This record gives sequence, C-alpha cells and structure tokens, in this order.
Amino acid sequence: MSSETILDVRDLTVGFDTEQGRLVAVDGVSFCVQKGRALGIVGESGSGKSVTSLSLMRLLPQPAGRIIGGSVLFKGRDLTQIPLAEMRKIRGNGISMVFQEPMTALNPLHRIGRQLAEVIELHTHLSKREIDERCLDLLRKVGIPAPEQRLGEYPHQLSGGMRQRVVIAMALACNPELVICDEPTTALDVTIQAQILELIASLRAELNMAVILITHDLGVIAENCDEVAVMYAGRIVERAPVRELFANPLHAYTRSLLSAIPSADSVRKSRLTTIEGLVPSLAELRPGCRFAPRSGRPYTQADLDERPPFVQVAPDHWVEASRVCVDREVLAAAGIR
Amino acid sequence: MSPLLEVRDVRMHFPVRTGLFFSPKKHVKSVDGVTLSVKPGETLGLVGESGCGKSTLGKVIAGLYRPTSGEIRLDDFPVSGLSNRQRLPFRRDIQMIFQDPSESLNQRLTVGQILEEPFAIHNIGERPERRRRARELLDRVGLPYSAMDRFPFEFSGGQRQRIGIARAIALKPRLIICDEPVSALDVSIQGQVLNLLLDLQKEMGLAYLFIAHDLSVVRHMSDRVAIMYLGKIVELGDADAVYRRPLHAYTRALISAIPSHTPGSKGNRIIIPGDLPSPIDPPPGCAFGHRNRSPRHHESVERPPVFREVEPERWILDCPCCRLRG
Repeated sequence: MSSETILDVRDLTVGFDTEQGRLVAVDGVSFCVQKGRALGIVGESGSGKSVTSLSLMRLLPQPAGRIIGGSVLFKGRDLTQIPLAEMRKIRGNGISMVFQEPMTALNPLHRIGRQLAEVIELHTHLSKREIDERCLDLLRKVGIPAPEQRLGEYPHQLSGGMRQRVVIAMALACNPELVICDEPTTALDVTIQAQILELIASLRAELNMAVILITHDLGVIAENCDEVAVMYAGRIVERAPVRELFANPLHAYTRSLLSAIPSADSVRKSRLTTIEGLVPSLAELRPGCRFAPRSGRPYTQADLDERPPFVQVAPDHWVEASRVCVDREVLAAAGIR
Repeated sequence: MSPLLEVRDVRMHFPVRTGLFFSPKKHVKSVDGVTLSVKPGETLGLVGESGCGKSTLGKVIAGLYRPTSGEIRLDDFPVSGLSNRQRLPFRRDIQMIFQDPSESLNQRLTVGQILEEPFAIHNIGERPERRRRARELLDRVGLPYSAMDRFPFEFSGGQRQRIGIARAIALKPRLIICDEPVSALDVSIQGQVLNLLLDLQKEMGLAYLFIAHDLSVVRHMSDRVAIMYLGKIVELGDADAVYRRPLHAYTRALISAIPSHTPGSKGNRIIIPGDLPSPIDPPPGCAFGHRNRSPRHHESVERPPVFREVEPERWILDCPCCRLRG
C-alpha cells in the first residue's frame, strides 16, 4: 500500500462566536490520512468530531463558526486559505461527505436520478446521456436493485439502508480521493449497518479512496479502520494504528471507553465499568487535561491549567501526555518527567 | 416459578387507509401472534430491527394499546380485556421507561410534580407525604433533592433518564417495560443507567422486559432473550445459549452483524440481503426465508412455520428454511 499522504491536518482549531464569547469546539487537532487508508475518529457527543469533519469541508455553520487556526493540507494545498469558489470545486470532486441521516441529506422534493445527476453536472462536462449512464452505473455500484426504476423515485419511497446507499453513490459520483463518513450507520439497524460498512470497505478497496469514518462506536472502528483518533472535549487524546490502540490503550479515557462497552465475555448482569460525571460543556473547558476530573485519579490545579504536549510514545502511537491520565512509565519513556 | 406476565398469541393490527372508498381495508400487522412469559425478578430481552414490532408489543403489554386478539395475563389474571377504569389497579404493577426522556417527561412540570403525579393518580397520601416520597425516589436514582424544583430540560440526557426511571418505580411496580432505555445516551453515560437498572432490580425484585436494538447491551442485561422479526418471535431462550448457539437463521445472522471489538476481524459475518419486508403485505410462508432467498422457502408456504419448543426452554419459529442444526 502506498503511503502518499493526501490529507494533513495540523493544529486545527475551530471556534464558535456566541453570546458567551468565543467557544472553542476543536482545540488544536492534528492527524493525517494516507491514500486508500481509513482513519476512524471516535468520541462521544460534544467531543468535536463532527465539527472537525465539517471544518475540513469548510461547511461550518455560518456566521458563528470559524477556523481560528491551523491548516488543512489536501494534496499540499491549504484548504483554510483558498477562496470559497475553489473550495466548491474540491467538495464532491476531491473530498466528499456521507452524513448520518440520509433523509436530511437528500432533497425530499426531487427524484433520486435528478439529485445524482446534479452532482455530476456540477463537476464534469458530460452529455445528458453520459450522465444518465453514469447515474445507473453508480446505483449499480452501491448495490441498489432495479436502478432504472429507482432513478425515477423519491427519497421517501426508499428504505433507510437504500437511502444511505444513494447518499454514498452521490459521494462517489466524481471519484473523490477522500470520503468523510460522519456516523454513516448510526441511524440504521445492525443488519443494514453491516451491509453499508461492507459496501464502504469494498468501494474503498476498489477505488483506492481514503476514508475518514466518524463514529461513537468503537466496534465499527475496530473492523473498518487502519488508524484511530480518540477525541474528547475538542482534542485528540490518543491516536494509533487500530490494533495497537485496542491492544495497548494508554490514555485513561480510551481505556474507560473500551471497558464501558459490555462485551461477549463479560459476566451477564454484572455491574459495568462506568465513567462518572458528564462531558464538560464548551464554556467550562480548561486549558489542561480535560479528562482528569472524570478519570477517578488524583489531580492538581496545575494539571487543569497547563496543556499537556501531544507526544509520540511508540511508532505511530501518539498520546496527550497528561500526568493524570497516562501512566508514569509511559511518560518517562517518552522523556517527560 | 409461575410467570408474572403471560402473553398468549397476541396480535396488534392497525388499519391503514389505502386508496379511496372501495379499496379493501388493509392492516399493518405490527404484532402478529406473540407468545411469551416473564417470571418475577427476571429480565427478558426483546431484540429486533426497527419496524419488527418490538415497541408496539411493549406498549400492548403496558396497556397503552388494546390488542386486536390474544390474551395478556398478570399473575394468571386476564388484564387485556379490561376497560381503562378496571385496569387502573393493574397499572401499578406494570410501568414503562421510554427511549427519549425529553419527550416522555412533561416539560411544563417540575421534576417534583412529575414524581408526585403517580401518587396523586392512585390516591396515595396527601401533598406532604407525596413530596416526601418523591424525594426518596430522587435519592434512589442518584439525583440531588435540589432537582425537585427544576424542569426536565435543565438536566442532561442521562439525568433525564434517571427521572424517567424514578417515575417508573414510584408505585413499586413488579414489571417495567424498558423501551430502548439507553439508545439515546453516550457510551460513558449508558453504563451508569444500566447499572442503576441492575441495582434497582436487585433491591426491588423487579422484572424487566428490556427492548433494545443493541445486541451487546441486551445480552448483558438479560436472563432470557426473545428475537423478533416482522411481528413474530423467531427465537426465545436463555440469553447465553441463544447467542452462543442460535437455532434460527435470522438469530444467527443478527448476532453475526454485531461489530466485534477485535480489530480487523469480521468473524463469520453473514450479510443478509435486502430490507425488512413491509408488515402490510408480509411475504407468504416464512418471512425471513423469503428475504434470505432460502432455497427451501417454498416449503414454508405450503406448511406455515410454527412457534414451538424444540429443546427444553428453547423456542423457535420452526420452518424448514430457517431451522439450524444446533
């Protein structure tokens, strides 16, 4: 597999201007995605994972949301700096997106065929016939039975799983190099989820696309990604290749997240390990380690005030070096006292 | 042990309007002949995909819908045919927790008022007594007394679900229908609510009908599980046994679809083709065999599947196209 980096996000910081002042929803996150590889971003609601993905596409809610700092290098160009007209060309063409709720991603008033054709018209110079053929081709590719008939139907005539396939077809319409899937299967049943994830995996292999898969479900990540970034309260607290993260989680939050899920081996009806307290709201975020108060470990004021560095502790294994949430031996090995 | 709740061949069909005046009346067969029982203090998990009728079944058992046919017995007393007034004393015994506590709690009432309401409806105590009991309930579900005078929207999702649970246990019920109680919550909060349900079950000897689509959660919480597909129970038995050695093809496919937490492994994932068929015009014969394109599906059209005990304490909707050799 080639290791050509197509997306390189450095120190991305995103804020929202509100009546309470500027709230920072994404606070200096860095990651990169290689061609044909899949990165999973996992986090609870409010962790900033969706805001991260929206800001990559420059689709933040306006006028409140803005990228305050950092860069998003897509094939060497900084997407935060280019004019909006340029960005429009990249959306759909270079990077495309699959959203959680296919019913809201599709226009209920237009037929499937028309919505698909619109994407292709916008980005290519194909003739009407070629476009029609491309639409049929796309629906076939995402496994929709009787595509000729489906093209003339409206979104409400399709089941949830079929709608998500249409959204994926739209995302693929112009052969993007990167597809961002934001909770693509959360609204779907587990058997349909299996179908859709299988589809995304096979398309990724076939088209050699890179995928960013955003989800709250670690199980989905385990099976479908090469690398994982764990987000908490606007920051990536840990980032590693999938096997490494599951075998050797270093940050207390990652560990809690892994043990909070009932597994097949856990004793039935035994109490589950839980994370006490709540995810902090954006207004109460501190500069320091944000998980410390919920970690159940002793911490000092300094731990909340000073931002821990994001360090590499093993090949490709990065962790936010919080004195509270990461074991001392790990920090010592990384040269932090 | 004699069962606390018995559901016998219950059907819940809703009429739907199709076309204009003279078109034949059609029905959505949400629940189509379900038989099951719940023992005192037991948790019966009920799983299935959306649209399979699991929530409707929960509501029928809670008495929110009157079943089209069949019988529901509580302590061997038939409750399904009673009028609302006659049913009132039995409502104390069966309570319900809903998926979205922000919709199931009245936003205009304070938490105190919400928790006092059950006592008022059942004429228990005077105002001060009710208030005292409401405070006890808060204590029990781990919320501070200060919650009494606040409104539901002031709480987080997990805390709101605790309020929903407090209301459900107010009248010391014997059975609680938990309809997707943690589906709307984050992983870290989900565990807190599940632990609370486990603790309350132990303390109060509650029985649960635990409805969810998350198979790992259901397995963890349940003594026995029932798997539902298109209005019918396709398999019922001890939770571990059903998960380890499913006897119905749908159960096997459903369990194989659970994402495992082992990186890279997809296990023996079975991808079921197609979607859940419409409960208005269910396919003839075995509904799952039809979707699964089983080569022996035609046999089930001639001999419709029957729900029967194939092993001790193990029931399946038995038909040639879906029965697995254990």
